[in-house]
Amino acid sequence: MLSDYVPIAALLILSVVMSFIILFMSRLFGPYRPTARKLAPYESGMQPYGQAMRRIPVKFYRVAVLFILFDIEVIFFLPWAVIFRDLGVYGLVVMGVFFFVLTAGFVYEWKVGGLEWD
Amino acid sequence: MTDTLVDIGLSHDLAVLIAKLVGVFVVATCGLLWTLFGIWLERKVSGRLQDRLGPNRVGPFGLFQTLADTIKILLKEDLVPDGADRWLFNLAPVLSTFSVLLLWVVIPFSAGWIGTDLSIGVLYLLAAGSLGMVATLMAGWGSNNKYALLGAFRAVAQLISYEVPMVLAMLVPVLMTGSMSLQAIVEGQYIAYGLAIPLTVFIFLASSLAEIGRAPFDLLEAESELVAGFHIEYSGMKFGLFYVAEFLHAFTVGVLATVLFLGGWRIPFVSAQDTPALLGFGSLLIKSLLVYLVIMWVRTTLPRVRIDQILEFNWKFLVPLSLANLLVVALLWKIVPDTDQIASVNDALLPTLVLLTANILLIVVTSLILRERGRRERAHIAALYGPVDGAADAAPAGVGD
Repeated sequence: MLSDYVPIAALLILSVVMSFIILFMSRLFGPYRPTARKLAPYESGMQPYGQAMRRIPVKFYRVAVLFILFDIEVIFFLPWAVIFRDLGVYGLVVMGVFFFVLTAGFVYEWKVGGLEWD
Repeated sequence: MTDTLVDIGLSHDLAVLIAKLVGVFVVATCGLLWTLFGIWLERKVSGRLQDRLGPNRVGPFGLFQTLADTIKILLKEDLVPDGADRWLFNLAPVLSTFSVLLLWVVIPFSAGWIGTDLSIGVLYLLAAGSLGMVATLMAGWGSNNKYALLGAFRAVAQLISYEVPMVLAMLVPVLMTGSMSLQAIVEGQYIAYGLAIPLTVFIFLASSLAEIGRAPFDLLEAESELVAGFHIEYSGMKFGLFYVAEFLHAFTVGVLATVLFLGGWRIPFVSAQDTPALLGFGSLLIKSLLVYLVIMWVRTTLPRVRIDQILEFNWKFLVPLSLANLLVVALLWKIVPDTDQIASVNDALLPTLVLLTANILLIVVTSLILRERGRRERAHIAALYGPVDGAADAAPAGVGD
């Protein structure tokens, strides 16, 4: 059972090693003559000002929250889909209720204006 | 290969392990080598689609163009900008590449040609695929560049939004097969699922296009607004790794669409047991390339859309549609008798026809709703700015110029 995951671990190690080799080849073959101008963040030729790591507009958070909500619900769907045929009508009804709650929340969100970007 | 190793005198477990490791090595190497050819193919085809020649200087038909580009990119200066978070900045391209390579381990290339046939294959695909998103955010945040950060915000908002319809679309073949194992999904497709559920294929492809950040959804690197988006500060091979990851991801989407909806390595009218491994692989390759051609076609044809349009298209169209689609398929799969005992093309015929009819109905209903909404939208705009169609001179001054 656990041995199913051995190839994944192997590929993980292999691809990390390969990626690092590729990265270091760049250092090996390329020139490296940094100057202050070269290292400055690119801002279309203007003098960069201020920190780039600044606060994030709240609408991105709203999308993230909406996503978490849906993703958890979708993850609940996955195991249900696998044993869907063995569950019979009961499985369908129970999931229907779950589905209804999900849709009700979604419709509410829509009507309240949570899906508007601006 | 396992048998040969056992014959040499190794224990069975060790032989299996070695065979698996060799398989993984082959998958990873072939994946990276494939990009050399694939990027050439992509540039050539998009060139032709846009009425250009595409690469044609290096080697016959420009075949060695990618190789030349690789050498060029290796010889570039490898800079880390001032104020960058070095760890995040350097790890991002690595993570981005292997998040895509990791997907290849569960893809069934042919009968028995699979890295590892996980019983939770689809879930694994989702988990590993989401790592790329983290890489994007790491690159944007670590670069200490405003364009990069803005690109990363947009990218994450877009990628996580489109993950929802993508998962809902991937659920449908899981539901029809009753297994998350990709090999089981391929073997279960006596008639390719794509023929029964074209709407799901559309949802999957549309959301995957957004997942790989390609036109018309390539907002994360919209060059007219953000210069290059999240990888603006990357030079040399680090940029190369992002490029490889993007290409490989796009091709992987083609392979996934094939595996989930087009019968994977199965050849039409040939049973899974009778398919020779090599022919099966060829069949998978041809189908994936066809899907990839569609992806390139869309990329070169459609213009880029705005961020609010992208999110609106997802939350107000794709998500409700995919939920409705899932519900319809689940209901029908329950109503149609003997869907759990499909073992031949004849068994699959009735469910396929029923689902296809339901899909066509669903598509018609959706189109009607869209048409109605479009009409209202146009009426709304006309009320604000005057008539839209063919009456530009009737518009009030100052509008539309």
